[in-house]
Amino acid sequence: MEFAEHIKTANVEDVVLRQPLQPPSRGTLCITGHHLLFSDREESDSRQVLLLLRNIDAIEKRMSGSSGTITMKCKDLRVLQLDIPGMEQCLNIAHSIETLSCLDCVSAMYPFFYRPVDLSLPEQWGLSSPEMHYSQMKELYEKWRLSTVNRDYSVCPSYPPAVIVPKSIDDDTLKKAAKFRQGGRFPVLCYYHKKNGMVIMRSSQPLLGANRKRCKEDELLLQAVIEGSDKGYIIDTRSMQQAQQARMTGGGFESKSFYDRWKRFHRQMERGKALQESLIKLVEACGDESNNMDRWLSKLENSKWLSHVQNALSTAGLLVECVERDGHSVLVHGSEGTDCSLLISTLAQLIMDPCCRTMEGFLGLLEREWIQARHPFQQRCAHSAYSHARLQQESPVFLLLLDCVWQLWRQFPLALGFSEALLLRLATEVYASDYGTFLCNSDQERCALEVKERTHCLFRALLRPTERDYYSNPLYERTELAIWPSVHPQSLQLWKGYFLRWTQQVRHLEEAQEEIRNMVIEWGKLARS
Amino acid sequence: MEHIRTPKVENVRLLDRSSGQRKASVGTLYLSATHAIFVENNPETRKETWVLHSMVSSVERPPTTSSGGQLILRCKDFQIFQIFIPQERDCVCACVRARVCVCYSELYCLSFNPNVNKEEREESWNFIDLAADYKRMGVPNNLWVATAANSEYRVCDTYPSELFVPKSATPAIIVGSSRFRSRGRFPALSVFFALQAAVCRCSQPLSGFSGRCQEDEMMLQALMKSNPGSDYIYVVDTRPKLNAMANRAAGKGYENEDHYTNIKLQFIGIENIHVMRSSQQKIVDVGEMRSPSVTDFLWGLENSGWLKHIKAILDAGVFVARAVADEGVSVLVHCSDGWDRTAQACSVASILLDPYYRTIRGLMVLIQRDWVSFGHKFSHRYAHLDRDPKEVSPVIDQFLECVWQLSEQFPCAFEFNERFLIAIHAHVYSCQYGTFLGNSQKERRDMRLHERTHSVWPQLWKDRGKYTNPLYKAEQSQSQGVLRPNTSPYCFKMWKGLYNHAEKSTPPRQSPADFLSAVREESQQLEEELTNHQEPITWEKIEVPRRRTSCLPQRHSGPDPPTLYREPIASLAQDSSHTLSSAPANQKTHTKEPALSLPLGPHGQLKSHDPDDLSTCSDLESGVADLSSRSSSGGDVGKDPDLE
Repeated sequence: MEFAEHIKTANVEDVVLRQPLQPPSRGTLCITGHHLLFSDREESDSRQVLLLLRNIDAIEKRMSGSSGTITMKCKDLRVLQLDIPGMEQCLNIAHSIETLSCLDCVSAMYPFFYRPVDLSLPEQWGLSSPEMHYSQMKELYEKWRLSTVNRDYSVCPSYPPAVIVPKSIDDDTLKKAAKFRQGGRFPVLCYYHKKNGMVIMRSSQPLLGANRKRCKEDELLLQAVIEGSDKGYIIDTRSMQQAQQARMTGGGFESKSFYDRWKRFHRQMERGKALQESLIKLVEACGDESNNMDRWLSKLENSKWLSHVQNALSTAGLLVECVERDGHSVLVHGSEGTDCSLLISTLAQLIMDPCCRTMEGFLGLLEREWIQARHPFQQRCAHSAYSHARLQQESPVFLLLLDCVWQLWRQFPLALGFSEALLLRLATEVYASDYGTFLCNSDQERCALEVKERTHCLFRALLRPTERDYYSNPLYERTELAIWPSVHPQSLQLWKGYFLRWTQQVRHLEEAQEEIRNMVIEWGKLARS
Repeated sequence: MEHIRTPKVENVRLLDRSSGQRKASVGTLYLSATHAIFVENNPETRKETWVLHSMVSSVERPPTTSSGGQLILRCKDFQIFQIFIPQERDCVCACVRARVCVCYSELYCLSFNPNVNKEEREESWNFIDLAADYKRMGVPNNLWVATAANSEYRVCDTYPSELFVPKSATPAIIVGSSRFRSRGRFPALSVFFALQAAVCRCSQPLSGFSGRCQEDEMMLQALMKSNPGSDYIYVVDTRPKLNAMANRAAGKGYENEDHYTNIKLQFIGIENIHVMRSSQQKIVDVGEMRSPSVTDFLWGLENSGWLKHIKAILDAGVFVARAVADEGVSVLVHCSDGWDRTAQACSVASILLDPYYRTIRGLMVLIQRDWVSFGHKFSHRYAHLDRDPKEVSPVIDQFLECVWQLSEQFPCAFEFNERFLIAIHAHVYSCQYGTFLGNSQKERRDMRLHERTHSVWPQLWKDRGKYTNPLYKAEQSQSQGVLRPNTSPYCFKMWKGLYNHAEKSTPPRQSPADFLSAVREESQQLEEELTNHQEPITWEKIEVPRRRTSCLPQRHSGPDPPTLYREPIASLAQDSSHTLSSAPANQKTHTKEPALSLPLGPHGQLKSHDPDDLSTCSDLESGVADLSSRSSSGGDVGKDPDLE
């Protein structure tokens, strides 16, 4: 195995492991190509800790005398410590962890090796496909069609082979429109609101450039979207100023003169590096041990994380307002259309559409908006809050989404079919996983690496009966109504379940959730008997 | 009851600012001896808003404009009403009526009559039996005894007449010690834990720079000896050390460790009532901000210092509880006079130590003991009468908030819910019952309150159904034993339910608690049915839960904000009756009390109105409203740079 060259010491005896919420234990440490395995020496009640090396975000080593201590800070925000006897062994282990935890080669990652006995590789990877989605939506047939213009990824490398577009627009028009959009991401349908037939479209920015080019085909395409309606809205996830500046580098926005029936809103949403730094500051604040209230509140404020949550929810709220209340179709984009656009279109669908609030519905939504419509997971989630590595493309947009969904769940504890535990699971899996779902940056890359043939799909695994029970919300009761979130700062809370996950405090809250589940189960039994 | 012709002002507009109402409703304002009552003109709703005069903390009168006069009523439970009155003359009149009461006889509790007979009234005062609670703790015993030293309040007029002290503390020691303590508040037992260590309370010693008192030293020695398991005691001074030192210059101060053998002195650093008063004002202002950004909000929260103070109080309780439970060492707690910070620290410690105080009845007992009986100055602190504003301070608010913060951290450990705490808070201020009137047991006796007013506790007990936390289970691990809270700053948050009325009436969030309460109730019924009928249960019965679930309070907000927010509010009203300024029982008052004959139309109509229903058709602020208000500023609507 090619990992062997990185493993000089595979086994160490007499290691002490310290982890949160548990007493230290002594046992054997073992390093494999993908895992760190620790097993307790206690015969009677042997405990094992199996940690994906990919989960380790940063390590620190400290030598004292003939032994050393390795502190491992994980992407799921857990901090573990190993006391290893023997300096050389310690250095070897540290080296192996450092190298193996951030291997770049996707095809060497664990999902390609993960073969649980109770699961055979699926015939169908994922929950659905654009084709299936289209065929199930009969409402679409009249005015929308499924286009396979991108079947070989030549029109837009980041789109799936099939996309839904207005029926009246032919593939040639699409090809031309794609040339006018960054990365070829021409406007496609992402949500159809059954109540009033309005839609949410998604794209990247138009390539106007400094000399204000225009593209008849793009205009035609958007015109076809609002056929039969008086106007449409465009929500640009950049500020007016940012959008104007984008023209200097070839981008831009839809100008009033060429898209006269489209009304534009600009909402500046934080992305990229700034968002990553926000996460780093928040995690740092949560780990502050000074026990000083002023310091905590000022650090919390300074991280700006909750401002980003507020901003995302309120922009999604605006989107829902346009579609649900105002009754008009909306086009959402920022610059690349692979981050904030996905974030707010996902949130908007959760707020509006009861079908997205069941567990299948939610996972399906994530699959459509994030996997198929391509969020570059590989780049965005390479590192989390502890890493010392220089920031490249990392940005916790997906984590921000999960936090926003958690806020929805907290404000409407009965409206969502899944529980906080599912959000936590997803937040962990997105950074380090046994499954292939969050591998790669696009559908094209996934095909090239045969991800769909050679790995298991997380979403399908989560829907197996046992897992589904565990992640379902016992209080769930479907409502057809929109769940309008409050974005008042008092209504937004720190997601303790995630950011303070490894503290005792969260255990008490988990117990309460457990109690709720038991009560409802008990009640169900009585009602049935 | 003084008979007043009820002044009536028509065409008044009322804006309930605290609930986020945006458009004023038009109606008629009635001013009774005890309430300001606003009845909406809208024939469909005829919504009523009742504001108890004694709940009004301030009345502002902004300058009269062409459209008439204006009054802003700020209530002690943080509600705010803005009233527009067309005639200047009426405005003055209303202003005078809503003024704060100036003497005890004007207080509502003396006219309030919940329709019970004399025996029931007497019974109501015996509802909480402190002696029984001491007995429950195992007192008296061979180490702790009741002392008659303070009968007829001879030694200390702010203490109760029945007190427990160490057996070896003779009357001479008690009297001597009391002379050396501020206001004569000598060390006495607050809570006895596990038949071993005790929490005692007193006031600061009058030590100055060098004073000492043999009896007081003997008293502390007796405290230590009454706990055979330990050879020292902690003396917890809940003040910041600097304040305690400053007090020495005034002939007061703290225990000199050289004079007392075997004490360990510990300062905690809870700020004084003046700091707390202004801090609370700041956090109330934070709650009133219209649409703050997250930054404004967090900055305001930090700047108020409120959570820092709450944390200090909880830290004090944790210190005391740890000493008693983990080290088995007795603790003597004091501050300056021993009736504010001391009450906070002792009662928080009791909550942590003894699961009993985490039950509905237990919390009543605790408040009755450490606050009412031990002479917390309710009338001064909560401005029952128009007296010195410098005496006013939210001392018990802070205790209740500590309990709330704990209940957020241990959701299954408390038998009661947030509503119970808010109801107690309202009653502390409202003067509807006599329980929290006066500043000491002696004052209450002198005023013959037991004959002239009613006790609040039986009323709260009767309503316990709505105050019960469905997640509470006495046998659960969280509920048992000593609570060990985490007091890291991130464990504290703003108590929205109390300070932020505006938020509360945004679309009724779904409440799992209500859902679970219904579930629990139903489970019990089903269980009964099962035991009653052993025969196979028919399909009809299976229908039961479904049906009942669907008539649980509407738990979702709806499709279209305007209609949606209106619709489910009816359910909000019933589940948040604690929010009203005039406490729940007011409703009963005005349906039962014929003396208050208001020209309000048929009584039937009244009954259907919860005074809390204020929000029924107000145009509520909400996340959505926020959005629309912001979209105009954030968007580039109509301002396209292309065209410029």
